[in-house]
Amino acid sequence: MGPRDEREDDGDWGNGWGYDLMSELTSLTLKAALEGLRSKAFSSVEITRAHIEAVEAARPLNAYVLETPEKALEMAAASDARIASGDAGALEGAPLGIKDLFCTKGVRSTACSKILGEFVPEYESTVTANLFGDGAVMLGKLNLDEFAMGSSNETSAFGNVINPWKSAASGNKALTPGGSSGGSAAAVAADLCLGATATDTGGSIRQPAAFTGTVGIKPTYGRCSRWGIVAFASSLDQAGPIAKTVEDAAILLTSMAGHDPKDSTSLNVETPDWTPYVGKSVKGLRIGVPKEYRVDGMPAEIEKLWQDGIDWLKHAGAEIVEVSLPHTKYALPAYYIVAPAEASSNLARYDGMRYGFRAEGDNLTEIYENTRAQGFGNEVKRRILIGTYVLSAGYYDAYYLKAQKVRRRIADDFDQAWQTCDALLTPTAPSAAFALGERMADPIAMYLNDVFTVTTNLAGLPSISVPAGVDAGGLPLGLQVIGKALDEATVFSVAGAIEKSAGFLGKKAERWW
Amino acid sequence: MTETFTLKGRTGDWEIVLGLEVHAQVASNSKLFSGAAVGFGAGPNEQVSLVDAAMPGMLPVLNRFCVEQAIRAGLGLKAKINLKSRFDRKNYFYPDLPQGYQISQFEFPIVGEGEVTVDRIDGSSFTVRIERLHLEQDAGKSIHDLSPTETYVDLNRSGTALMEIVSKPDMRSPEDAAAYVKKLRAILVTLGACDGDMEKGNLRADVNVSVCRPGDYEKFRETGSFSHLGTRCEIKNVNSYRFIQQAIHYEARRQIEILEDGGKIDQETRLFDPGKGETRSMRSKEEAHDYRYFPDPDLLPLEIDPAWVKEIEASLPELPDAKKARLMADYGLSAYDASVLISDADVAAFFEEAAKGRDAKLVANWTLNDLMGRLGKDGLEITASPIPAADIAGLVELIEKGTISSKIAKTVFDHMWAGEGAPAAIVDKHGLVQITDTGAIEAAVDALIAANPDKAEAVKEKPQAIGWFVGQVMKETGGKANPAAVNEILKAKLGL
Repeated sequence: MGPRDEREDDGDWGNGWGYDLMSELTSLTLKAALEGLRSKAFSSVEITRAHIEAVEAARPLNAYVLETPEKALEMAAASDARIASGDAGALEGAPLGIKDLFCTKGVRSTACSKILGEFVPEYESTVTANLFGDGAVMLGKLNLDEFAMGSSNETSAFGNVINPWKSAASGNKALTPGGSSGGSAAAVAADLCLGATATDTGGSIRQPAAFTGTVGIKPTYGRCSRWGIVAFASSLDQAGPIAKTVEDAAILLTSMAGHDPKDSTSLNVETPDWTPYVGKSVKGLRIGVPKEYRVDGMPAEIEKLWQDGIDWLKHAGAEIVEVSLPHTKYALPAYYIVAPAEASSNLARYDGMRYGFRAEGDNLTEIYENTRAQGFGNEVKRRILIGTYVLSAGYYDAYYLKAQKVRRRIADDFDQAWQTCDALLTPTAPSAAFALGERMADPIAMYLNDVFTVTTNLAGLPSISVPAGVDAGGLPLGLQVIGKALDEATVFSVAGAIEKSAGFLGKKAERWW
Repeated sequence: MTETFTLKGRTGDWEIVLGLEVHAQVASNSKLFSGAAVGFGAGPNEQVSLVDAAMPGMLPVLNRFCVEQAIRAGLGLKAKINLKSRFDRKNYFYPDLPQGYQISQFEFPIVGEGEVTVDRIDGSSFTVRIERLHLEQDAGKSIHDLSPTETYVDLNRSGTALMEIVSKPDMRSPEDAAAYVKKLRAILVTLGACDGDMEKGNLRADVNVSVCRPGDYEKFRETGSFSHLGTRCEIKNVNSYRFIQQAIHYEARRQIEILEDGGKIDQETRLFDPGKGETRSMRSKEEAHDYRYFPDPDLLPLEIDPAWVKEIEASLPELPDAKKARLMADYGLSAYDASVLISDADVAAFFEEAAKGRDAKLVANWTLNDLMGRLGKDGLEITASPIPAADIAGLVELIEKGTISSKIAKTVFDHMWAGEGAPAAIVDKHGLVQITDTGAIEAAVDALIAANPDKAEAVKEKPQAIGWFVGQVMKETGGKANPAAVNEILKAKLGL
């Protein structure tokens, strides 16, 4: 990189910069970028501009639903000032993307639903406030399935995201980046930010991470405050990062997590710095392999990937133990009762009365009906209907109460497993990224995407997806590591070991946009 | 034992059965789940936080002070404090309910069973069993009369903490129901858990009314089976003792008429119209909402440390029942006077201040009859009384000393009410001192006998006619003569 003093901030983007240098900055890991910023190898304004340009160029991906370049440059300039004065925070000057489920002060926040219209919050979610407090820069708001309900990012009111990855073997069809955090995963995979916030209710961080060759961690329920995040299913929702590497994920989560008295379910525990745990030896760790996760019809390449993961960890000195999680098969049905039940109530506030979209009508009931009929998409309506049904008088015991009992059993299964192991290894998703439109007609097939991920939401456990290989078509596949409650440290160590052995690091989608 | 309240019908006697759900606003400066202020008189939507307006991503955080008040109230109701309780969501749509659900306690309330002893006017008392007390959010207010076409919403009240106190169906007459609310109010106000302001709606009752035949209620109490009772209707949000009684009277009569015409009572929610003095249907059971209660996933179960309950218990003020017993023992008051005094802590405090060193019975009479009567007429609370407690004490002292008679005291009281100051000064100013000078009275008596020899003769035959002489002497002396002295002198002079 050229000497710093030759470059002036004169608004002429790319002044003195060749395309390669730009792409060099955007292709940095968060960790490397933070080092570069701290050593003043480049400025926040520079790396932010590089990303703004990349974001603009990548509009065909539809990862961002709102670009905030002016705000980004303003924040970057402030970061540069803090770096200059020695007041740099842990994420100082690092440009990030924010899932549009997080309320951001003064910046439109929509949950990718028509019903929120042009809603601009007067408040900043705790998680984004933590990130910005540490010096992070916001590039814009990222696409997601409407209200985070979906596994392919196809239910967004802003249209689907396209996965940066394509497979020549299947005719270079446009693929889903997964969901609901499809925008976050695609943006990270395509170098449109150094890292992104995401949320996970049933797999919404981990499945998109697996589909895009990125790392995504859902921490223990209660680690990250839910305050200011548009609620989907309160007892399952957790924020977490999607990042380029396990270490980047650890850096981001360390900033995002922390006790928040404004969220009654936030855990009042210390937030460790998780970065030192990445790269820590897994020697002597007992890794459980749950036999119930070998589901019928699982593609052979997923089976193989799983075996690879087992072998790598064995080589790294871990002990592999087979464990049983007998209630696994009930997890998905229980999840699709609990999550819609909570959602049906959480989404009642979108009634056209105080903010967001409102349709007219001749009387109150008509205004409600028209607003919600026009404001919500089909998948959201489907889940509100399911949720309303399972909570109705006469059905509550058979569905909701039963599902809560199943939930308890699933948590007990994990507790039992911890008697013999320290972490669990499973595939993240039952397939690689599928083609857009392929599963939209069949909600059940779509819901099956979450089969390996929902269990940890139901039990509140930390779990990470780490890229571990590619399928026959060259598409990324992820492995999931599940840890004990509050034991993100072990999760990061095991994920780090897999990342090291998998040799996926640095692999990128070939740029077609 | 008081006789059971009955209503006569064409087909025989009917009895009524009443259960109340009282909503008492917690006397808290902030709301149940948000930091927004609670207060009267703020402009529309000035006391609304992001949580109260149900903005996206906002979360409730329980207000510890409100929990403490619920515990205090529970202890005041001699009720079981549930160390583990839970908040549930009650789902329904309405513009003054921003979240689309009310956070309440459905299955596991913070306070369990308790009881309230209620005093009747005749001095008898009865017990109302409390089923539960739970905490919940109030809704905002919809204002329909500001515009012919629009409804306005004020969210100031949205999220305010309420205690819902549910009684068992233990009241059997309109008067008993009103007396129960009065006693409940006294307990809550004494505890400081609720300000008890019914006019502002800070204490209001939903009244469940059903009618049955004599004997049915006893069967219900024996078996616990509601099948012995009639179908009930719930009258919503009644906010005065008078309206509670009016509503019950009307509703019971309405139900009896339907039943006697061979009809059936529909279980429904009704509204009381104070203007017309009648209840009308709000919604029937079929139209009742399915509230889809479920545990609020934004809140953890409420767990209370028993040590905290003990601490609260130790800090409780003297409760109305204890105060009543003490007033009876210390001041020799009747059960009735004592129970009237404790129904308002301020009245009791006023009494106790005035009664220091005075004839307590006299002080009670002047406070409860004369002063409360005047205050009531002017719609004033005792705390706004133009006559301070010290002046009631002063008035009683003048009577005790014989400076003025009870009759003159009424005149003095009028002057006190008019703001003329302390009673002694009023007596001086208006020359109202009682004539105890026997010489002056004797002179008046002598003159009277001399002028009416026939009457003086007649009274010897008919001693009760002395009243005429007393009246004449009092008239002569402008009412200031000491009645006892007049009597004595008359008797001597008339040779009785």
